[in-house]
Amino acid sequence: MERQFDEELNDLNEKLLHMARLAEESVAKAIQSLKSRDEDLAQEVFERETDVNLLEIDIDELCMRLLALRQPVASDLRFITSAMKIGSDLERVGDLAVNIAEVSVDLLKIPPLKPLLDLPRLASLAQGMIKDSLNAFVNRDEKLARAVCERDDEVDSLNDQIFRELLTYMMNDPSTIDRAVGLILIGRHLERIADHATNIGEDVIYLVLGKTIKHHIEEIRREAALKTEQK
Amino acid sequence: MDTQPKIETKNVNFFYGAKQALRNINVVCADRRVTAIIGPSGCGKSTFIRTLNRMNDVIAGARTEGEILLDGVNINSPAVDVVELRKNVGMVFQKPNPFPKSIFDNVAYGLRINNGRNRAKLAETVEKSLIEAALWEEVKDRLSENAFALSGGQQQRLCIARALAVDPEVILFDEPCSAIDPIATAKIEDLIMKMKKNYTVVIVTHNMQQAARVSDFTAFMMLGDLIEFDKTEKIFTNPANKLTEDYITGRFG
Repeated sequence: MERQFDEELNDLNEKLLHMARLAEESVAKAIQSLKSRDEDLAQEVFERETDVNLLEIDIDELCMRLLALRQPVASDLRFITSAMKIGSDLERVGDLAVNIAEVSVDLLKIPPLKPLLDLPRLASLAQGMIKDSLNAFVNRDEKLARAVCERDDEVDSLNDQIFRELLTYMMNDPSTIDRAVGLILIGRHLERIADHATNIGEDVIYLVLGKTIKHHIEEIRREAALKTEQK
Repeated sequence: MDTQPKIETKNVNFFYGAKQALRNINVVCADRRVTAIIGPSGCGKSTFIRTLNRMNDVIAGARTEGEILLDGVNINSPAVDVVELRKNVGMVFQKPNPFPKSIFDNVAYGLRINNGRNRAKLAETVEKSLIEAALWEEVKDRLSENAFALSGGQQQRLCIARALAVDPEVILFDEPCSAIDPIATAKIEDLIMKMKKNYTVVIVTHNMQQAARVSDFTAFMMLGDLIEFDKTEKIFTNPANKLTEDYITGRFG
């Protein structure tokens, strides 16, 4: 049976997808501005930030209204609470894209330190995670969501590698420090973006299965139960 | 949430003549907890709750199969006195049904027919029951007035006080709020939540949010079958059965 409520839930779905697209494009533009040394692209990221922020508030208000007026239960309830969390993750992704664009603008004022290879690779990993986490959300695809969460380790180790490499530049030649630190910051922002994608993946798993996998909670609870048993 | 079983039904089947109204119902009502029974009209939820204190006995051609254990004792065995059983397992109905007597006499009624007429003891128990039913403050100065002078919500609490007066262990509610307004409903719900300190409560309700608000466990029934039985929190956040999900989210029913 099609419910009036389903229309409102679809509306929420559309808003989240729109927001995800904006956030994802902001990340792409921020990185592209650095790669192609194009300040205009960075400006576009700054301009877009307001749209992402407004959408977050819009989504929050819609969720609050649906919670108060429809008193949702079961999968409806899980959908709405997940939507609120995903909305705030996407807003953070938008902020981080702005942070990347800011660093990029600074770096464009000075000659490049080195050709960019690993950083764009890290960026495409993080962007792919955001994209897949949203695909998992749209299709209620718990397997894809799990795969996103697993890719977080890859991002972390690539970021560590970038950090170590840039460290050697700084040790060899202190005049590279401002540029190297800029790139380290961007790596750090991308790593955070991947973390938000992981959060979204975890929310999707909760949405589909009603099961929390965050912070390896099942293991933690099992160990805690064992400990109380042993006492 | 550690719980002890108070009532256990084992493979309960129930028939109105040739028509089977309950099929293989296995439910455990935990001691001093609230168990809610929900489901679409005609699912057997009222029939089920009425088997728990043998209210169906009076219906001609009605027949119960299987075991209904109260503290481990089968309530349908010949050794069980049905009057004792109903004293121990009280019931509150959909529409408030006070007797055409004074407020005091309504609550004292069960005591008088059971325990004789010690006046002081009687007054004490009436007061205690009215306090437990959250009605005392509203009626203490008008105990001799006719019960019909009370509002619908007050009448329903009077019926609860009447059930409590004979010191039961289990209270069955068959849609106790369907005939009263939201404020009176909130009072009854609050009362039910407090009652579980001392009583085992089973409530049939058409109002799913009410089940979600007041109960610890929820049974979902359809067409005489028990579809799902679990902690209320689980049923309303992540039901295991698609039928439960569709019913509680309003996709059918």
